[in-house]
Order: sequence, then structure tokens, then C-alpha cells
Amino acid sequence: MRIICPLCGERGAEEFVYHGDATVRRPHPDSSAETWNAYVHLRDNPAGRHSELWYHAAGCHAWLVVERDVRTHEIFAVTLAQDVALARRPVTA
Amino acid sequence: MSTASETFPREIAAPAAAVSTRPAQPFRLAEAAGVDRKNLLDFTFDGQRYSGHSGDTLASALLASGVRLVGRSFKYHRPRGILSAGPEEPNAIVELRDGARREPNTRATVAELFQGLTATSQNRWPSLRFDVMGVNQFVAPILAAGFYYKTFMWPASFWEKVYEPLIRRAAGLGRASGSHDPDHYEKTTTHCDVLVIGAGPAGLMAALAAVRAGARVVLCEEDFLLGGRLLSERRMIGNRSALEWLREAEAELRAAPECRILRRTSVFGVFDGAYGAVERVGDHLPVPPMFQPRQRLWRIIAKRHVLCAGSLERPLVFGDNDRPGVMLAGAVRTYVNRFGVAPGRRAVVFANNDDAARTVADLAAAGVAVAALVDARAEVTPEISRIAEAAGAKLLAGARITETRGRLALRGAVVTDAAGTRHNFDCDLLAMSGGWSPTVHLTSHHGGKPVWSEAKAAFLPPSHLPPGMAVAGAATGDPLLADCLASGAQAGAEAARLAGFQTSLPAIPETDGESAELQPLWRVRGGKGKAFVDFQNDVAASDVALAQREGFRAVEHLKRYTTLGMATDQGKTSNVNGLALMAEFNERTIAQTGTTTFRPPYTPVSVGVLAGRHRGHEFRPTRLTPTHDWATEQGAVFVETGPWLRAQYFPRPGEADWLVTATREARAVREAVGLCDVSTLGKIDIQGPDAAVLLDRVYANNFASLPIGRVRYGVMLREDGFVMDDGTTARLAGDRFLMTTTTANAVSVSRHLDFCSQWLWPELDVQMISVTEQWAQIAVAGPRSRAVIEGVVDAGFDISNAAFPYMSCAELTICGGLKARLFRISFSGELAYELAVPARYGDALMRRLMEIGKPLGVTPYGIEALGVLRVEKGHPAGNELSGQTTAADIGLGRMMSKTKDFIGKAMAQRAGLTATDRPVLVGIRPWDRAARLRAGAHFLARNVENLAANDEGYVTSVAYSPALGHWIGLGLLQRGTERLGEVVRAYDPVRGGDLEVEIVSPVLVDPTGDRLRG
Repeated sequence: MRIICPLCGERGAEEFVYHGDATVRRPHPDSSAETWNAYVHLRDNPAGRHSELWYHAAGCHAWLVVERDVRTHEIFAVTLAQDVALARRPVTA
Repeated sequence: MSTASETFPREIAAPAAAVSTRPAQPFRLAEAAGVDRKNLLDFTFDGQRYSGHSGDTLASALLASGVRLVGRSFKYHRPRGILSAGPEEPNAIVELRDGARREPNTRATVAELFQGLTATSQNRWPSLRFDVMGVNQFVAPILAAGFYYKTFMWPASFWEKVYEPLIRRAAGLGRASGSHDPDHYEKTTTHCDVLVIGAGPAGLMAALAAVRAGARVVLCEEDFLLGGRLLSERRMIGNRSALEWLREAEAELRAAPECRILRRTSVFGVFDGAYGAVERVGDHLPVPPMFQPRQRLWRIIAKRHVLCAGSLERPLVFGDNDRPGVMLAGAVRTYVNRFGVAPGRRAVVFANNDDAARTVADLAAAGVAVAALVDARAEVTPEISRIAEAAGAKLLAGARITETRGRLALRGAVVTDAAGTRHNFDCDLLAMSGGWSPTVHLTSHHGGKPVWSEAKAAFLPPSHLPPGMAVAGAATGDPLLADCLASGAQAGAEAARLAGFQTSLPAIPETDGESAELQPLWRVRGGKGKAFVDFQNDVAASDVALAQREGFRAVEHLKRYTTLGMATDQGKTSNVNGLALMAEFNERTIAQTGTTTFRPPYTPVSVGVLAGRHRGHEFRPTRLTPTHDWATEQGAVFVETGPWLRAQYFPRPGEADWLVTATREARAVREAVGLCDVSTLGKIDIQGPDAAVLLDRVYANNFASLPIGRVRYGVMLREDGFVMDDGTTARLAGDRFLMTTTTANAVSVSRHLDFCSQWLWPELDVQMISVTEQWAQIAVAGPRSRAVIEGVVDAGFDISNAAFPYMSCAELTICGGLKARLFRISFSGELAYELAVPARYGDALMRRLMEIGKPLGVTPYGIEALGVLRVEKGHPAGNELSGQTTAADIGLGRMMSKTKDFIGKAMAQRAGLTATDRPVLVGIRPWDRAARLRAGAHFLARNVENLAANDEGYVTSVAYSPALGHWIGLGLLQRGTERLGEVVRAYDPVRGGDLEVEIVSPVLVDPTGDRLRG
């Protein structure tokens, strides 16, 4: 599998470390135990297109959001995780 | 000449008298397209000397020498000869070479001959000609499909000890050498615009088209010559022979600067975004060339891929179709035309198609008598009649071969014609053709299912191909040479265009006429002998029928039950025939029956080449500490800790074992001063206005309050509430911290920090990078450590206890201007420092500290002594930070801040993690002080049964404490903090220990911490 790192270009998947689902959001500290349990343990396993976090461990150390079809390994988009995270939440402490 | 078959072995056995001369090659012909007759090579097969030429395969050289019998079949031990001339070979499976280079299960048809090659037949005892297990063929009825499932069922305990070893011996293939492979293997990656797989007519045209467009091309050919079937046929391209055209095409490709031609290279798999290929760099040589590997694994990354894998001929299924001398018709042409070898003196050709008539013509042209052309079709074209007539072959249309004769070699065949009349032919060669199956394997490596074409009687590539792949040539199901040249050119040009090049279609040369018309014949009915479908696995038509009767009707069940299509050839010659028979027995179509899934590898790949250089000590990189050379000089014993080699202990002459040494080293630290390289601990430089904020969120305890110039011990949790790692972090400036991690977690903590700062809290203005590799760090520990440090720090730096107290840090210079960092931290519990310098000065610093410390009794200590010192102090380490312990479990519960959010805070409050009966950290000492403790022993109360239900925890770490004079340990014990003073048992059923131990505080040496603050 080849992943196009936004910083380094196209690289083999062996340079990257897989983390998992990029759709889950870390809950507010005061959230219920159920919410925390869901964040830490519960994951959807869609057969098809998925949004995942990968880490360019043998490259620039950027965390990436990779849009991938988990059945075919086709990759649709790769974005810096920091950009995705900044875009979806206001800058707060 | 009449049947010569039984005389072949006598012919080759004869020249024993002439030892000095080379053995004759009685079946070598005058003309050969692909061998160099001037270059003679000697080789042996089963100890017998033979000769061949460069350009031969082992198979062609054996045939030239008159050797027909080359192996015994897998199950019935039937005599077998060479069936094919390529990678599909199911019979001629041999061991190559001797000693450590012995390689079992190698196909003689692709083994390139070299001077001195030794080859040995397999699966026979005591000899190939007389094989005791040959009796199996007479008890064949009980050895039918699934026989071992039925026969060796009871008693179950016999399976592993009795049945399986027996079966393995009886049905063995080759023998592994049992020695280390003396050769090495390597891996490499290449990129190109167009990858062309196969250098037959289609592949050559595809490569030419792409190269002419300016594309960077990689052309892979599994054979050692380019040309594919062109080498095997007598054809015309344009106005010249196909061989001449081939020479010109090859010359053009060789001259092209952007074309890499990889011969002897099998593309074995299509993976995601890359093709896997094995280049056999040294397989055709006695030993690989200097500085070259035996084989090289290629990972080929190409924008577009053109598969020109050709096709494989199918055998016909008739009684006793496996005798040595029965060969595929196309392979016969390969031996005659390419290798200049007559595979027999008198042939019968049996086919269901027009293509096989070429075999009649080529045999006749080479002077081999063709007794008959047996065509299963009721009517044949005038062209075929003409060829048969010209060859002097009797043409029998609408006829079948129903029997063959001969034992160790073919002697004759019986043909039953349409009227039912039997014709007896003497022959030593039976060329058969059931049509050609496109080599679609790689097309379905991404899950696409090959599609059955009734018109072509073949599985064609799926419509859903691996991304970027196009198929050309005979692999498409259109095998005619003209079509191959055209589709190759078209696919090559299109691939280059899609890769971004301007292309035009090259001119397609004319070819001589041909026909590939065929009428399927899946089996010959009515014969008495076993009609083999899968030669390698001894699966006969009757076994397919049996599987059908017993309910194993799906193709995948058929494969598993009968083993059809398994083993080294993966059914290359047998799959389609087997499926067709199952379809017939099920009264369904082949399209309905479907095919099994093709998976990588296409042909066998040695494990060695997949491992490449990663074997033995090179399995993974070894990281050496900056003081490794110094430690080696000191006679250190090293141990692997993660990827590092660290000094475990420094034995002195006369010390009986590691324990004596480690005890001495630990005592030296408590009583004088010791030095230990601690560079392997992870070091992460964290900078930015929000550095303290980030630390507060990843550590359970507070770091924003840490003053500049101070160090704090921190513990970090995983988000699930368990402890992730611990270590000290120093504040070098308001916006700059230096974090240390455990050696084991250096990489994962660094990744975690990036995750937190980039993904969880992207708004934080903070940057970090690992500097583990950049800094050498040496622990200077013991009551005299300050004196040692004083000897290196430059004037002006005050290291008095008042100026530089416990948990201080500073950037300073030492040894006259060398920049350094000094930390007053202690893992040993003694007055101690850690001194860091740029890594390249680590060795020099260690030597300087040793020199300065000499009068103070300085002692280097390894990680065994380090472990003793930390157990004495009750510091948790890897055994306690097991991923299953909470901060509270290891006595750090109070470090968890109540006033801020941090990773793991919420989940650490879970009921299961806060339960009061969780095992928690305690110290232990044996009730009998002379007793030795063992880590891993389980805690049981004194008067309970030895049951898992009574388990209360376990011993995590033990050490012999020089300070206390007896063994001590750490452990995790349920409600341990309430049980100080209690005596429990450390029960160790694995090693037979059952000791009474006293529960004590984990901190057994200097519990008030006076020494480290002194």
C-alpha cells in the first residue's frame, strides 16, 4: 500500500504506523462513564470507506487522516491530522 | 526404429568404461535456438555423470542424455517423467546441489544447467528405478481421495505420534539441508512508468511501444532468455524468422536507456501498490558471484502494468497418462526447437486442437518419427491432414488414446477410434494437448474472479483487474501470434499514454498463418488405467468423482478433499481439467462451478529471499550505546534491551557468575561510586509557549508548576487509565523541557506526544523531537559521586548540595568548554547525577570519569546492578509497568492530579481500576533469610490449597540485596498496603518453589531518602 504524505510525498505503507478510527472525538473531561467507554473501546468497522489515523513514523512524524476503502485499500485522501483537528474545532484551551 | 523406451536407461548406463570422456547425449539434435553447443557442461543426476550445454535446463539436458524417469509420484510412487518445459512442471521435482546449499522440490524444467550441478531425485527409496513404496500403486483403491481422513481416524492420540510421521515419510517431497544457508539474499525497490510482465511476443511489443514513447520500463521475464514461446516455435514475423525479430527487439530494448530488463525474475504477486518479484541472481551458478546475492526480492512500483504472462497447456485425461514419455505437446516443441533435444524416437500426438499439429510438423522436421496424430475431434481441417501426411503420421480423427504401455518408460499407446476399433502404436513419446489456459493468476490477486469462456474453453482475466493493470497476449485468451503482437503493442502504448507519455501505436509485423481452434475433451472414458488430473498430487479423475459422490462438490471442497491444485505447482496443469470434471459430475457448467482463488505467490518463493538480510543478528538493527567500545574493553557482558545492546555486568577475573559481579557492582554504588551508561532512555526535547500545558495533559501529575532548573518525576497514563510510562522531566527554560522515558517506550511515548499535540490539542503551540540518539548520558551514583563530578565541571559551576540540590538540572560546560547537561537525579537512591554530553563525546566522557574516579574506587556497573539498586528502593520498572497496573497499584495514586484534565484521568476512575482488592505494590523478603526468591511466583495465603482461585498476586521482581544481605523482591499483592508484616507463600509450581515471605514496604533501603539528598 502506498500513502501520499502531504509533507513527504508518496511512500510505502511500511513507513507508517496505523492507529485507527479518526472519527471518534475525545470527550469533555466531565463526560459520563458511558461516553468515555465508547471513546476508548467502541469502534465501528465499516466495510468500505473509512477515515483512519496513520502516523508517518519513518518520515516526518506527522499524524495523518487517511480516507481509505478498507476492502480494496484504495486511498481517496490524505490530510494532516492537525489541519483536520483545527478545522473541526475552535481554538480553545 | 521400434520401441526404444526400455533401452534408454541401458544406453545411458553403458559408457561407464569411458570415465575420462564426456557421456554422450544420444537425443541431442543438430539445431537448437537456445543452447550453445560449443559450451559443454558436466552434471550428475542421482550420482550418475551426464553432460549438457549452456542454455540447457536440467530437464532438457536429462532428456538429451536419454533420461526419462526423473521422479516418483507423491502418493502412489508411480514412475514419472518430464511433463512440461516450464514453471508448471508437476513431476520433475528434484533436489539441487549438496550440503548446505541443497534445495529440495525444485522444478528440473526451470533449473538452469551449470558446470558441476548435482541433482537428486526425490520421494523414492532405495532408488528411482526400484522404489519400495511403489507397491502403493497396487493398493491404490484404499489410497483414494481423503484416505487419511478415513483411515487414520482412531485412536486420536495416534495421529501426531504414529500416523502423521508415517505419512510424512511415505509421501515426502525433498529434504531440507538442515544447515544454515551460506548464501545471502537482498531486497530492493524500483519505480517505473510501465511494468511489463513476461517477455514473449506480447511483452516484447508492449515494452517496445512503451520505451519508444519515452516511458521508464521494467521488463520482467522468469526465463533466462527473452522470447517466451518464440524460442519454442518455428515462426515467421515480418519477412524473417521469429528468432531474428526477437534478437532485434531485444537489442532495441537493451539499448534503450530507460528500460531495465530483469531476466530470471518471476513476478509472483500483485500487492497493494507494488508487485513482488524474485530475481534468481545466482541460482544458475555454482555459487553466487562476488558481492552478489543468491536471489533478490524486487518490490516494483509502477504507474501502469501490462501482464503478458502467456498461457499454460493442459494435459489430456486418459488412462495411464502419467508414464514417463507422456509430455505436453507444446513442451515437446520447446525441447525440439529451443533445446535441440528429441524427447523420443517415435511419437504419437494426441490433441483436441489445431495447435498440436505444430508438434507433428516440428518432430518430423527434426527427424523424429511420428506414428500417429490422434485428434479427438470428428473432423479436422485440410491443413492438419496435410501436416500429418507430410510427417508420415497416421491421422486418426474422432479417436482417443485409451491405454498406454510401459513401466519405467512409455512403450506404446492404444488408440480407440470413433468406430471402437483399437489401434496399437509403439512409441516412446506421447505428446498431448488439451488446449491452453491463459495464465490469469496475477489478474485475480486483488480478488477478481476469472471468467469462463465457453467459446475459448478457458478462464479469462476478470473484468475487475488490479488497479493499473492491462492484460495482453495469450493471457487474454487470444493465443495467435499475430494477436499477441497486436495486443502487446496496443497495451504497451496505452500504458505509456496513461502514465503521461505521448504515444503512437508501433507497426504490427505480419506473421505466418495459424489456428488455435479447439473442441474441449475433459476426459477419455472407458480406459482402465488411472487417468491423472493432478500429477503432482496423484489426483485421478476417479478421485474427483469420489469427492463428488461424498459431497465435496464446491471447488474449494474439491481442492481440500483431494488436494487437487495444491503443492509446488498449485494446479497449473490440473485446475481447469479438475473443475471441468467436477462440473460434469455435478451436471453443471464450468461457469457455474467456478474456480478456486489464485493467491500469491505465482511460483514458489524461498523464505530466504523474503527475509533478505534480516536473519540472525541482522534480524533487526542493533543499537549500540555511545560507550559500547569502552564497555567491550572492560570485558562487559551485553544483553539485548529492546533494540539496544547494553552492558549487563562487568565481570572481573575470579567472579563465579553474574550474581557475584552484580552484587559487587551494587555494593560499590552504595559504598563508593559507580558509572552506568543510561543513554538508552528516551529523551524528548519539548519546546514552545505551550510546552508546559502539553506536559500537564500527558502526565498525571503537575508540570506547569515545575521551576526552571528543576527536575520532576512524572507518570503518564494511557487513555484507558492504566500506566503507560514513567520518567523524569527537566525544565531547561520557561518554554523548554527535556523529558526522559523508559528505554522500552521511547518510541511509543514520542508518538503519543505527537498524537496529543497534533490531533487532540492542535491549537497548542508546542514542538518536540526525540534526541535520544544525540545525547550520551552517564549515571554517576554513590556517596562519592560529587567528587567525580567536581573533577569534570568547568570552573564557576557550583555543585554543592546547597547550590545544586536533589532534583536540580543545569546546562553547563565540562572538561574545558564541552557543552553538557547535568541532572541531580537518582535511580539508585544514592547521591547521584546524570551527566549528558553530545553523543560523540560519550566514550571520552566515560573514560575521563573512570580516570577521575579511580582514586575514589569508581566501578562501572551494568543493568543487573541497576536492577538490584532499584528493587532495593522499590522503584517500579518494566515488570511493574506491565500495562495492567494503575498508578495506584504501583503506589503512585497520589500523583494523579485532581485539579486538571490529563490523559487517562476519566477512565482511571472506573470501578474496576479503583477496586480496593486490586493487587498493589509491596516489598517482600523471605522468612528464611537464606532462601532465594524467584520472580513469577504467585502469592497464596499460608493455609489454602494451591488453586488459581486462591491466587492473590505475584512476585514481579527479585534481587539479592548486598545492602541487606538477603534476597528481596517486589510484588503485586491484593490489599497489599494493609498487609505489611503478614507472612504469605510465594508459590512457584513451575520451578517447584514454595517459600514463606514477609510482606514489607517496597522501599527497603534508606526509606527516608537521606542519602539521595545528602
